[in-house]
This record gives sequence, structure tokens and C-alpha cells, in this order.
Amino acid sequence: MDGVADLGGMQGFGAVKRPEPEPVFSERWEARAFALGLLSMRTSGTNLDSFRHALDRQAVLDYFADGYFGRWCHAAETLLVDSAILAPGAVEARTRNLMGQQVPEPPIPTPDKPDYKPTAAGSLRPVDVAPAFAVGQRVRARDLHPLRHTRLVRYVRGRRGVIERIQPSAVLPDTHATFEGENPQHVYAVSFDSTELWGPDAERFTLTIDLWESYLEADAS
Amino acid sequence: MSDIVERLPIEVRTEALEQLLVERGLVDPAVMDKFISTYETDVGPLNGAKVVAHAWTDPDYKSRLLNDGTGAIAELGFKGPQGEHMVVLENTDTVHNVVVCTLCSCYPWPVLGLPPSWYKDPAYRSRVVREPRRVLAEMGLDLSEDVEVRVWDSSSEVRYLVLPQRPAGTEDLAEEDLVPLVTRDSMVGVARAGASAR
Repeated sequence: MDGVADLGGMQGFGAVKRPEPEPVFSERWEARAFALGLLSMRTSGTNLDSFRHALDRQAVLDYFADGYFGRWCHAAETLLVDSAILAPGAVEARTRNLMGQQVPEPPIPTPDKPDYKPTAAGSLRPVDVAPAFAVGQRVRARDLHPLRHTRLVRYVRGRRGVIERIQPSAVLPDTHATFEGENPQHVYAVSFDSTELWGPDAERFTLTIDLWESYLEADAS
Repeated sequence: MSDIVERLPIEVRTEALEQLLVERGLVDPAVMDKFISTYETDVGPLNGAKVVAHAWTDPDYKSRLLNDGTGAIAELGFKGPQGEHMVVLENTDTVHNVVVCTLCSCYPWPVLGLPPSWYKDPAYRSRVVREPRRVLAEMGLDLSEDVEVRVWDSSSEVRYLVLPQRPAGTEDLAEEDLVPLVTRDSMVGVARAGASAR
């Protein structure tokens, strides 16, 4: 999807800020949100791709308003509501009650976890067919605009690159995130010249990104 | 979209979420504490520093590390979540590698721990794939124009670790004395080893 998380190349965020000193968690709630984020996948019967999809489905203002671990808290809540572990509005109501307001809390719903079970641990999976592309081959990232989750970032869509290396084949996040199958594919590190991505006045560098086979087509030009 | 006039405090919202799960026995606070302490105290960039210092002092190990990052890193006992397949990128006099995750915050946890805030920040994620030399210069790393800059966007489950250059003048140092020179930032590629305490 063309969600808020796809930030590559966007302008307007200013300088990179580096706080010093920097503990792993600046405040205790951040540590709790981190742990809840990890556990929310297990509790909701989902997976890491679903969690990432919960991040990129966030409303634009929500994504930025509460910082990095705020996003984790919101994503955990999204997965738990999607699986009907929590009722919509339950977290907000409890938050208000913790703040001293007196609001009714919705009843606990009947859980409705996705019909999903991984075929193995982790994301790497064997694929029976040979890779469609070879190292050194010229390819083009497809100009796709899926409404669902994808790891095909906007800034490479339609751009021409070269297969840099073949990575281990892996579960396709696009379908895995929404429990529509693992659909493992070959994955390639693809290198793009900076001027192909950002025009002739771009800084000179090479950008390499991992792309699943279905994100790519041979470059005939 | 949430009300932009009234946002509920995120620290209270997090507490509410934890309460709702704990009171139904769906989450064990002790398990949460274990996750937190693991990444606060046990797993961090010291692991990666040991890998790098070992590679600097053992050419055979360095060769294995560049050919099979995951396997060579596991030789030193480091593996786990977010380290399913790790690739090590060597910085040289002519090539400088730097790593980002533009979509989220993918990072090699077994060797670096959890990412620092700047790595997760929209400014770094948006800019380093578009103007890396400028971003690196702002972060204190000036690269000469004849150094090839290679930016790696971690968009799959592959995790990247930069093998920084061994600082000049450290030829006589033992492996354990090299470890403190290997900073977290040098293993992401936004600094040189030995450049600062970060």
C-alpha cells in the first residue's frame, strides 16, 4: 500500500537528531510498548508481517504523533482488535479511566483469530523453481500500487536496476501479512544508480534494496 | 483518524493496553520484563564489536564472515530474532556502506541490539536513500568524492552489518583492546570505527 511508513525520499523531516546519551528505552512506557508489541503477535495469532502492516495502516497523524514506540503500542492494539481479543474502544476507555474519568468499558468480545499457522519458524523457505533472474542481469521494479501490504517501496517502482546478489528465498510479506498464504519467492538484492532514482542532479551513490521476484521484471530496454 | 484536538497520553494508553491483557492472563508481566532486560542489558552493540574485532585480527574469520555472515556470527555465539540471515558489508578505502530501513526499523538485533532513535527517525529513513553524503556529513562523517557510497535499504528479512575499517595506528593492539573502538554507529555505517564513543 502507499502508506505513511513508506518514507524513502520524502522531504520535510529536517536534520537527523542524535540525542546524547541514549538509553535503549528513554522512558519506561517505551519498554512496555516494545514488549507488548512483540507479545501482541502471539496473543492475536498473527505474525511479524501483520505487525508491519499494522504500522503502515496507521493514520498519518497517529504515525508521527506518539513517536516510535507509540507506533508499536498502536500497532499492537490494531492486531488485538482485528483478532477480537480486545473490543474496539477498549484501550481508549481504560486509558480514560486510568486518567480519572469514569467511562463504560465495552464487553470482552469473542476472539476471532485468523485461520493461520506458519509452515515453519522464521521467514526463509525453500522454493522449487530456479531463480528467474541472475546476478548482473538488468531488471526493472514493477510499477505496482497494491492496496495491501508490500515491501516494494514507492521510490524504486518503475526504476531500472541490476541484480546484485540472490538472497535466500522467503515468505512473501504481501500475502503473509493478511494470512493469504506464505507464497515463498526468490529474493534479490537489486542495485539502482542514484540518478535512476532521483534524476541527473542526484548525489552519486548506489542504492541496494531487497526485492521479491514478483516485484521485478526483466529490463528489455 | 484520531482526534487531533485531544490525544490521549501514550504512556497511559500503553499502561491501559498492558492492564487489559494482564488481567485476563493473556500476557505475563514477567515475560515482558524478560524481553526488556534482554535488550537493555544482554544483547547490544558489544556483540557486533566482538565480531568486528575478531575479523580485524583473524583473516580466515573475516573471509568466512564476508561469505556467510550468519554462520560466522554464530561461531561467536550470536544469533536470534532479527538475525535469521545476516550479510556483512566491508568498508574499504574506496567503498563506504551505510544501512537503513526506510519502511520500518529492520536492524540486526543479535549483533547490535535495538536500533538507536536516529535510525528509526523519519529524517534518517527518508533522507539517507536520497542524499547519503549530506546526511553522513551532518552526522560527522565526511567522505571524499572518490569514495563510492553504497546505501542498503533493509526491506526483506536479510539484515546488514557493516564491517568498518580498522583505524590506522592500531596494528599493535590486541583483539580485546580493539573491541572498544568498534562503535555501534560504525557498524551501521554512519561513522568510522574509533571516531567517537557512540
